[in-house]
Amino acid sequence: MSFPGFLPGCRCIVHCNGAKRRFVQLFGICGSMNKAPNPEYEAECIRRILAGEKQLFHELIRPCERSIYFLLFSLLRNEADAEDAAQEAVLKVYRNLHLFRGESQFRTWVLSIARNEGLGRLRRAENRREDSLDALMDDQAGDFTPAILTSWREVPAEALERKELGMVLRQAIDGLPAIYRNVVLLRDIEEMDARETAAVLGIAEGAVKVRLHRARALLQRSLAPKLKGFVPKRAGKLFGWAR
Amino acid sequence: MRIDCKHVWEHISAYIDGEVNVVLRAEIDKHLETCEICSAVLDSTRNVVVLVADDRIFELPAGFSHRLHERLERELEASGP
Repeated sequence: MSFPGFLPGCRCIVHCNGAKRRFVQLFGICGSMNKAPNPEYEAECIRRILAGEKQLFHELIRPCERSIYFLLFSLLRNEADAEDAAQEAVLKVYRNLHLFRGESQFRTWVLSIARNEGLGRLRRAENRREDSLDALMDDQAGDFTPAILTSWREVPAEALERKELGMVLRQAIDGLPAIYRNVVLLRDIEEMDARETAAVLGIAEGAVKVRLHRARALLQRSLAPKLKGFVPKRAGKLFGWAR
Repeated sequence: MRIDCKHVWEHISAYIDGEVNVVLRAEIDKHLETCEICSAVLDSTRNVVVLVADDRIFELPAGFSHRLHERLERELEASGP
């Protein structure tokens, strides 16, 4: 696969058009985009905050903001509700910082608080989506057969400059059942590993892998027919899609 | 062991993440050499994974971080020394 705009060996995010660690894992280039937390820095921050340097909390929580918001958006599916819940969750993290024991990653602990905030709001609203969260089990039968193609011409990441492509992708993710959407969000979008994802969602690591596999299959099936319009045209060649 | 297309599809996600064992990976690679359908399914799935991971797909609402830290600041001020 070739992705115009990605420079082999590139160490800056500018050249890499917003691609993240997942891309690096898949294609082995650009090794500088690791967003993994730094436990030693976090532990030192927490110690100092609890000792009175409260302003440091702004810096401690900043790397988690994006994950908090999108986890809550995935649960609540409404921007305003997700933002309000994110703020509330961050305040709860601050108020309970003294309870963090370092037994998990700080981000895992923060996202567990955020998820509880989101689930609490769903319960209070008696939202039917919460039912679907609990009701859809991993052993439930479903059709996870991928879209059958005879060839594939990849859509380059630079095609994301077109707003329609982003919309198509967001709609596909939004259309996933909640248990799959949450796993895609944490694993493929926020780039957590299976262990951390399992800890945040309170499920087994094996369940994370099953759900991720199914989610990707559902996304491939829903997106493959729609993505062909975003493939750059090549003169003189027939388009190789299966009918 | 010879594997069929359905078997390959069941392991595509783990294959993409490098989580299949050496024996199974070799079998899948062998199958992919001659199966254009599974090659296309693999390429399309991998392409989808790369695209959804891009930062441009999900962007924070404008001003989100500013509003969050403003509210947090009020909390910090109110929480005393």
